Amino acid sequence: MRNKVFSSFDEAVADIPDGACIGMDSWAIAATPQNLIAALKRKGVKDLTIVTHCFIPMIFSEDKATMPSVLLPQMKKLITPVVGIAHLGGPAFVEEYVERGLEVEQTTIGTMSSRLYAGAARLGGIYNPVGVGTIMEEGKEKRVIDGKDYILEKPIRLDYAFISAHKADKLGNLVYKGVFRGDGPVMAMAADFTIAEVDELLEVGEIDAEHVITAGIFVDRIVEIPEDGLATARKLKEMIYELHSIEPARKLMFG
Amino acid sequence: MKQRLDRETIGMRAAKELKGGDCVNLGFGIPTLCALYVPEGIRFQTEAGFLGYGRLVMADEIEKADWHYIDASGRFCTPAPGMAIFDVVTSFAMIRSGRLISIMGGFQVSEKGDLANWNTGGDALGGTIGGAMDLAVGSRKVIITMDHTTKEGNYRIVKKCSYPLTAKECVDLVITDLAVIEVTPEGLLLKEVAPGWTAEEVQALTEPKLIIAPDLKEVEL
Repeated sequence: MRNKVFSSFDEAVADIPDGACIGMDSWAIAATPQNLIAALKRKGVKDLTIVTHCFIPMIFSEDKATMPSVLLPQMKKLITPVVGIAHLGGPAFVEEYVERGLEVEQTTIGTMSSRLYAGAARLGGIYNPVGVGTIMEEGKEKRVIDGKDYILEKPIRLDYAFISAHKADKLGNLVYKGVFRGDGPVMAMAADFTIAEVDELLEVGEIDAEHVITAGIFVDRIVEIPEDGLATARKLKEMIYELHSIEPARKLMFG
Repeated sequence: MKQRLDRETIGMRAAKELKGGDCVNLGFGIPTLCALYVPEGIRFQTEAGFLGYGRLVMADEIEKADWHYIDASGRFCTPAPGMAIFDVVTSFAMIRSGRLISIMGGFQVSEKGDLANWNTGGDALGGTIGGAMDLAVGSRKVIITMDHTTKEGNYRIVKKCSYPLTAKECVDLVITDLAVIEVTPEGLLLKEVAPGWTAEEVQALTEPKLIIAPDLKEVEL
């Protein structure tokens, strides 16, 4: 059995070159492979293309939590449906990087996941009804199929995917928890190399085959999050208490 | 000045469009208020990958908040019996296949039902698209809740949207602080007006010509 288990995040990202295209899910600090992001930042590679669900400014210091936006100085291109959110100042935080050459490709959440699926399944693209008659169709092939308008969206292939899963066995079979599933399964399939950070690493046979969401064939490297890592249950809880103590955040995040 | 409906009342009126068994995606802002007023048996969907999630975590029950359970607006919610969790590919098959009713905010709605709700300027980076385009194109019914006019008093219900579009000809019903308007093949049908407002007064704040429903009534909750 090929060893997929790595003992450190730095080791797991050691071969990522300049110019790599990397997919990582993120819903603020939820569903975010925070430890792998921190390791990539330490490594200092540049000219990255980052494909992510949600790209918003940092709300915590980096020793508490990371998000894809900590990689901004290392990026050449960003593909995302969410660049900034209105109550955190919108996309203004990326403007200085755009002026210095960062390319931002906006897409829709559904379009991005479908393009990733096309990349995963080696399809030539998708004909998408979403975006017809909007700025999303600019520069793209349009086609009428059975009387309905579509635009051609090209597949997204990833060099690497960073995944935040709940449990993995040593074969790389993954189980997720709640919104941490998100884009993880499709990104794992769309990438040449998939690296998963997990809350718990199990022996083969300890995950019920019926519960596997991502089959181990799509996962190349696994790192178990250590007690002093990011995104541990304790750290995530601390972030909730910190947000709760800030009036606008409390209003936004609680009912 | 005459009173307009407040945000809660708009949310309450939108909730009246739903019936037990409906699966509903709520956008940010006024739509999230609907959740407080819906009838029994409504299941809420979030783009992140939940159908049938439970109630939101209130500020005085912080111990229940868990990053694994947040809705599309980033608020802590709770798992509930019967809830399903899935990935984003599955979530958008649900969204694009007409299985959901979508209640969203809006900046502008045109007389043909075009929607602009993600960007108020010409700059592509002036807003965030998120899942709005997918929801607008794919939902079985699209209900827009918004103020009838801008803060400056300009039209939001327009002949042609001046803001970048979210989707063409997608809106079914608009619920504003002044009126309930249905988008029909013949044009915009004014069905209800806020208490104390006349059809003429609503028309004066609406750019396209409204068709007045023969049974025009006050907004009913």
